[in-house]
Order: sequence, then C-alpha cells, then structure tokens
Amino acid sequence: MTGTFNQNLSVRHVRGSRWQAAFALATILAVAFLATLVLTIVDDAFGWVIMMDETDRRELTRDGVTLDAQNTAQLLATIDEHLSPRRYRALERELPFADRGRDDLYALVLAEIVNPEIAETYNLFESLVSAQAIKAQAAEEYPEGLLVFRSWVNARFLLAPQSAVPLAAGIKTAILGTLMTILITLAFAFPIGIGAAIWLEEYARDSWLTRAIQVNIYNLAGVPSIIYGMLGLAVFVRGLEPITSGAIFGASAAGDTANGRTILSAGLTLAVLILPVIIINAQEALKAVPGSLRQSSLAVGATKWQTIRYHVLPASFDRILTGTVLAISRAIGETAPLVVIGASTFLTQDPTSIFSKFTTLPIQIYQWTSRPQAEFRHLAAAAIVVLLALMLSLNSFAIVARNKMRKQKRF
Amino acid sequence: MASFIVYCYARFCKKAGTMKHGTIGFYPEERLGRLSFRRAPRPTERLIQAFLFFCAAVSILTTAGIIVVLGTESAGFFKEVSILEFFTGKEWQPSIGKFGIAPLFVATLTTSLTAMAVALPLGLAVAIYLAEYARPRVRETLKPVLEVLAGVPTVAYGYFALTVVTPFLRGLLGQENVEVYNTLSAGLVMGVLILPLISSMCEDALSSVPGSLREAAYAMGATKLETSVKIIVPAAFSGIAAAFILGLSRAVGETMIVALAAGAGPRLTLNPLRSAETMTGHIVRISGGDLSYDSMDYRSLFAIALVLFVSTLFLNILSRNIVKKYREVYE
Repeated sequence: MTGTFNQNLSVRHVRGSRWQAAFALATILAVAFLATLVLTIVDDAFGWVIMMDETDRRELTRDGVTLDAQNTAQLLATIDEHLSPRRYRALERELPFADRGRDDLYALVLAEIVNPEIAETYNLFESLVSAQAIKAQAAEEYPEGLLVFRSWVNARFLLAPQSAVPLAAGIKTAILGTLMTILITLAFAFPIGIGAAIWLEEYARDSWLTRAIQVNIYNLAGVPSIIYGMLGLAVFVRGLEPITSGAIFGASAAGDTANGRTILSAGLTLAVLILPVIIINAQEALKAVPGSLRQSSLAVGATKWQTIRYHVLPASFDRILTGTVLAISRAIGETAPLVVIGASTFLTQDPTSIFSKFTTLPIQIYQWTSRPQAEFRHLAAAAIVVLLALMLSLNSFAIVARNKMRKQKRF
Repeated sequence: MASFIVYCYARFCKKAGTMKHGTIGFYPEERLGRLSFRRAPRPTERLIQAFLFFCAAVSILTTAGIIVVLGTESAGFFKEVSILEFFTGKEWQPSIGKFGIAPLFVATLTTSLTAMAVALPLGLAVAIYLAEYARPRVRETLKPVLEVLAGVPTVAYGYFALTVVTPFLRGLLGQENVEVYNTLSAGLVMGVLILPLISSMCEDALSSVPGSLREAAYAMGATKLETSVKIIVPAAFSGIAAAFILGLSRAVGETMIVALAAGAGPRLTLNPLRSAETMTGHIVRISGGDLSYDSMDYRSLFAIALVLFVSTLFLNILSRNIVKKYREVYE
C-alpha cells in the first residue's frame, strides 16, 4: 500500500520543482523585459558621436589661441573672414554684431561657420565596451572628424526649441507645453473629481441614479484614450472653438491662433480622460475614513458639509493626493488623444498663453521616433529620459508629501 | 444631555407663554435671538450639494458626449457608405471610396492576440509565483517594481518596439522575411505592456481563493504544484478570464505602439511579419495630418472609433460581470 502510494512521489516532486523554477523564471523574465526597456533608453541617450565640421575648427585658431578660448575681437575677426556677406548682413540686421556678447558670438561661429554635423553615433554600451574599436574606426573613416562623448540629455537640449538640425534641437517648447497642459488638466479634473467622489460617498443614497453613475465611471475608466481624443476633437476643438481658440476673449489674432487646437483644448481633453481615475481613487480614500469620525462630528452639531470639510477631507487628503498624482502622471505620458486633437508636429515658438498651439513631450518623442535617422532616435531617447525623470520626481514628491501629512494626522 | 435640558426648558417656557422669542431665555445668545433650536435653513449646504451632484453628473455627460459625437458623425458616414459594405468590404482606401473595415480590424486582432499570447502565460506564471511561491519580502519588492514599470508612457514602449525588438526580429528571422514595420513586433511589446496588468489581476484572483482549499489539497497529499495548478488556478478561473478579457480590451485600444511599430497603410494580411495598420493606428495617422472637417476622411474616423468604443465597452462589461460572479461564489 505504502509502495503504491509513494510510487510517483519523487517524480511528482521533481516536476513540482521544475515548474517552480519555470514560474520563477517567468517572473525574472518579466522584470528583465521591463528593465531592458529602461536600459535601452538610457543606452541610446548617451554615447560617442563623430562630428564632422564644415570648416575644421583647428583651422580657426587665431594668434595661436584655439576657438574655444578666443575673445570677442578674435571671434569677430573670424566671422568677418568666413561668413558670406549676405548672411552677415542678415545677422547684423537681427542684432548688430557690436552689441553681441562673447558667448553669443561663440555660438554663432559654431552654428554658422563650424557647422558641425553628426557623421556617426554610438550608444552607451558600444561606447563603453568597444571604445578602442570606435576610436580606430573614427580615425580610419573620418580622419577630419571629431570624436566626442555626448550626453544627448544636456542643458542645451532642455533649453533649446525644436529644430530640424539634430544638434540644435531641444525640448523647451515641449516641456512648457506639457506643464501648461497639465496645469489646465489639474485645474479642471481635481475639483470635479473630488466633488464627484464626495457626492457618491457622502451624499448619494442607494438609488438607480447613483448606481448608474457608479457603473458609468467604471466604464469610462476602461475607454481607450484615443476615444477621448475623438471626443476632444469634436467637442473642444470644433464645438467650443470660440472658447478654446480664445476668440471670444479677444486673444491674439496674430499668426499663432490655432483654431481650437490649443493648450486649453488639450488640457480639457486630458482632464476628461483622467477624471474617472481621480474619482475612483478619491472614493477609495473617502471609504477608508472611519465612520466614527463622521458620527462624532455630526454629534457635536456640525452640518454635513462642515463634517466633510473639516474632518473627512483632511483625514483622507493624503490618499486623495496620491491617487491624483498617479492620474496626473498618466496624463503626462498620454500621446494618442493629443495627436488626434491636433498637436503641432513642428513647433519652434514657445506657448505664450493657453490659447497657443501646443506640443508636449510625448508628442515630440513620437515625432522623433518616427524619423529614420539615428540622430533623431538618440534625441527621442533623451526626451524619454526627461519625461521619465519628470514623472518619477512627481511621484516621489507625492510620496514625500503623503508621508509628511500622515505624520501630522492625529489618529 | 445638558443641551437636551436646555431644549426642554425653552420649549416649556415657550409653551407656558413665559418667554417671548428673542426677549427672555436661558442663554444670553438666546435672549438676543441669536440662538435657535430650530433647524435653520442652510442655503450654502444646499448649494454645495448641488455642485457636488453636478460634479458626479459630469461623468454621465462625458459618456453622453462620447455616444452623441461618435453616433452623429458615424451616422453622416453611414449615409454615404452602407453598413454592410463597411463590415464586409475587404479594402480600406478612402481615396477611391472603399471603406471596408476588415484590414484595420484584422490588424487590430493580430496585434492584440499576439500581445495576449505573450501576456497571458507569462502574467499567469508571474501571478502563480507571486501568490503561491514567493516569500512575502520578494512579493513586496516585485509588485511595486512591476507597477512602476507599467506606468512607463506607451510612446516609450513604441520606441522600444521600433528600435530594439524589430531589429532583433529581423536579425533572427532574416531581413527579407520581416518588414521594417510589422505587427509581430508591435504585438510582442504590447504583451510586455499588458503583462503587469494581467499579473496583478491574476494574483488578486489567486490570493482570494480561500486557504481552506489549499489546506484540503495538501491534506490529500498533493504537492505544491498540484495544489496550485489543479486546485487554485481552476478555482480562480473566472478571475483569470476577467484579467484576460480586460487585457484584450486594453490591447485593442492601445495606440502608440502600433502607430510607431506596426506600420502605416491598411493591408489585409494575417502574416504578422508584414506591416499592417490597426484601427487605432489609422485614426492617429489620419488625424495627425491636415484633416478638414465634414470630409469623408474625418467621418470615417468616427465610424472606426465607434467600432472601437463598442468592442472595448463590451469586453470591459464582460470582464466586470465575470469578476462579480466569482465574488459571489467565494464570499
């Protein structure tokens, strides 16, 4: 009897441990996939590049001083010598050369005369592992080229507007666009979301209307984001054009009007998109407040709203905040609805008001990724690094704020 | 208690006619007419409640907005194109007036099913590992990691598909076999995107199976694997099915990965190594260009969006109903 019973036991145990290994492997694989994703992005955001100068900067050495160290007079002499008269006059008209500072002149010499172009790029992994091979290749194929280690995320990248030239392109316009859009989103979605959650948790009685609203919110949370884009296109961009283009507020009729395809429309669309998420999170937060807190407040004569305002909301605010930040970081990363409502594909002008045309970081990433050249791929990676950093800092800010508020709680 | 006595005293005085309102009273405030035990009308409270109800009603307005917008624009579209042609046509070429949704729909199906083929087995294995095998500390570390990575913007996943997965596939299967844009790469990466969702939903389902089932299985002499796979997984099956359906709905609606990696231009093909355009990919590409309102191009997008909306809504409701049903079984 015992023999039969134990007959397969060792086999079963072996099978058990094999499958356990398989399950563990799947978990490791899943984490590895996601880690690869992040690593690839970092990998592409840094690395060696070979730059070819139109005019070799070694030729621009003047009085034995290299280009980087030249003073204003020397730079002016260089400009006089190398710049075509037509371009010279154009720049002079923009701002007289005499009024320009040394750094401005240096940047001008780099952009107009040296005019570096990227001949070859490498990513971080290659740069670290096969540095010798890269150097040899650079010396052989591009003897006049300049091999430099480039961080594609740099101060210039953050502060420069979009450009067709990869070396000059930056994301300032996109960052401003993202921030302004998110502010609008927050201004609308936060009060309405919390209001809805309060009504559902504190005021609503169990009726068909309440249940309909609740089911409706769950359904909205599952609607694909692109559908919200279609809604935004039809309602905010087209239907409410006089408002969203700023026409009825007398906004500038100068070249930057965007007939409804504005930051305001984008912010409203994203607000509608994240509203269900905010409501559901806020509801969870309100549910976690103990009922005794409400009863004790009502017992000493507070009205319903006073109870909510002075007791329920402060007690649940840390959770509400965390939920809102999660929703906002989702909104920051949204791309599809903004493409649909008509984000500008190539915008060099910073947004001046909520009635300006807009572009955001994810849109910029989308644009750069869809171009075939390697330089733009590196730019896209750099922009993703900035986007992730933005989201990560937002999340950690929320965590710190929540912990601080938790400490102040009295119960 | 004290206030009750005061209240009774006041009522008594009033009844006995010894106290005229606002002249005599127990408290000085009462004498000045500033204290009343009657329920005061509070217009602000009413106003606030009305505002809060309005906030809740915004969600209804949103749904109504979606339905009205998609409905009216699609109605305009279906005036020109018959519904039959829309669903049975095998070509989508607005320039020559051919509006058959099949190429877009098939491409959506290809990418979504590829994604689920990756996400479901892996996600389920991760969930079984986390729920049944992993020590609490490992679980507490891994879960947030998966959640954080699920928060990476989808455009970054699209970038990953185009710059890493596609070259890898082309190296593996041959440059001539795999096109630069292909649905396989988009589907695989989408699977990675959906994996955290599936694993967390499955894990919830597995851990909500009562411990008594596990103990009973162990008492019968089952090994840990047998308990997990033959007892716990079937018991949590409805939860797993709900996770699968919700994941499928997410995959159908996913846009940026397919817009970047699956290709531009509708094409009716079942070969995942070739390029094809999904419904979402088509909407993004067309609306990203210069689009004039009231054109057929514009309206056709709303017809596609309507199909997308209805199918994801159906999947979401199905998923939620399954979850509800299995909750009833175990609570």
